[in-house]
Amino acid sequence: MSKLILERLKAQFGDDILEVSSFRGDDVAVVKPSRWLDVARFVHDDPRCDCTYFADLSAIDNCDPRTDELDMDDRFEVYVIAYSVAKKHRVRIKTRLSGDEPRIASVIPVWSGANWMEREVFDMFGVHFEGHPDERRILTYDEFKGHPLRKDYPANRTQPLVEYRDGTFNKLGPFLQDEGMPLNRTVIPDERQ
Amino acid sequence: MADVTHLETRTLGGGESGFATTKFEALLGWARKYSLFQYPFATACCGMEFFSTASPRYDIARFGAEAPRFSPRQSDVLWVVGTISQRQAPVLRRVYEQMTEPKWVIAFGTCASCGGFYDNYATVPGIDKVIPVDVMIPGCPPRPEAVLDGLMLLQDKIGRGDRTPETLKNTALPDGAEEALEKLYQIRMKP
Repeated sequence: MSKLILERLKAQFGDDILEVSSFRGDDVAVVKPSRWLDVARFVHDDPRCDCTYFADLSAIDNCDPRTDELDMDDRFEVYVIAYSVAKKHRVRIKTRLSGDEPRIASVIPVWSGANWMEREVFDMFGVHFEGHPDERRILTYDEFKGHPLRKDYPANRTQPLVEYRDGTFNKLGPFLQDEGMPLNRTVIPDERQ
Repeated sequence: MADVTHLETRTLGGGESGFATTKFEALLGWARKYSLFQYPFATACCGMEFFSTASPRYDIARFGAEAPRFSPRQSDVLWVVGTISQRQAPVLRRVYEQMTEPKWVIAFGTCASCGGFYDNYATVPGIDKVIPVDVMIPGCPPRPEAVLDGLMLLQDKIGRGDRTPETLKNTALPDGAEEALEKLYQIRMKP
């Protein structure tokens, strides 16, 4: 895979491209959050990049709550994968956001298919997309507190919509003790809210 | 009904005298258990196995339970087939509440029975947290034979008037197999 897109991006944006890397045909460019929308528009509109096909948009939480500060500067990585059907090449554009009120421009003006993907990232990670026309939760429900894919969300916290029935819920045989979830698990409320 | 043993429900008594004797509950249970209208609440991959059970190869109609009613108000058995998410739990409880008495619930597969391997924020750990369950059929997914076993267990429980939750047990293993499985389980659980 040629590194054409990375070279075009470096020539166009200079120092705003923080780093580029290429591994077995996967071209990655890390950009400054302030130029996120401009870079997206460039790879879409530039005739030699021509990345009109929007493949994916998601995020990564790079924080380890045991050792890192939750508001560390490069906690969230938001990335978009764009593909050119005509040129048959693909690029991954990343940006790094602070853990304190992460905000990024929405890429819906460039690819309208980003709408639900950005809603999912907002739902799972709490990243806000400026200019999103309908920023609501998409997978969980409105009553849900917190963002479940953040590393500081406790793995055993559930937030049931229906109050659980009274009574014992011991696992009946032939379910083994390590099969499935423990039926006696309790509901852990969110104390921060 | 207490004197009736498991799987030996006797509805009609009497003999050569020209009379038949029965108890009202036994007759009612016998009538109910062979005319089960079902409401399939299929949410996940177990649904494929449910369709297989309902189609002619396994033919659930042999057990007097062939009629699916896609309205909870007209059905007797709620088949919860697949994973129930926290977001879906209110829907499931609403469907259960809309069913008219008498009504029974079958948890089809490990996810509906105890949450399966979904140990997270999104999944209800077994539908008996939300609605009462009569029969749980383990398996991921259960084979159609196991489903039919579960249906027959439910019919037996209806005939006996037994409403305690019960899990479908495995069929009897050959001699020594249980000890071998227990040994294997102990080895696996060692840290």
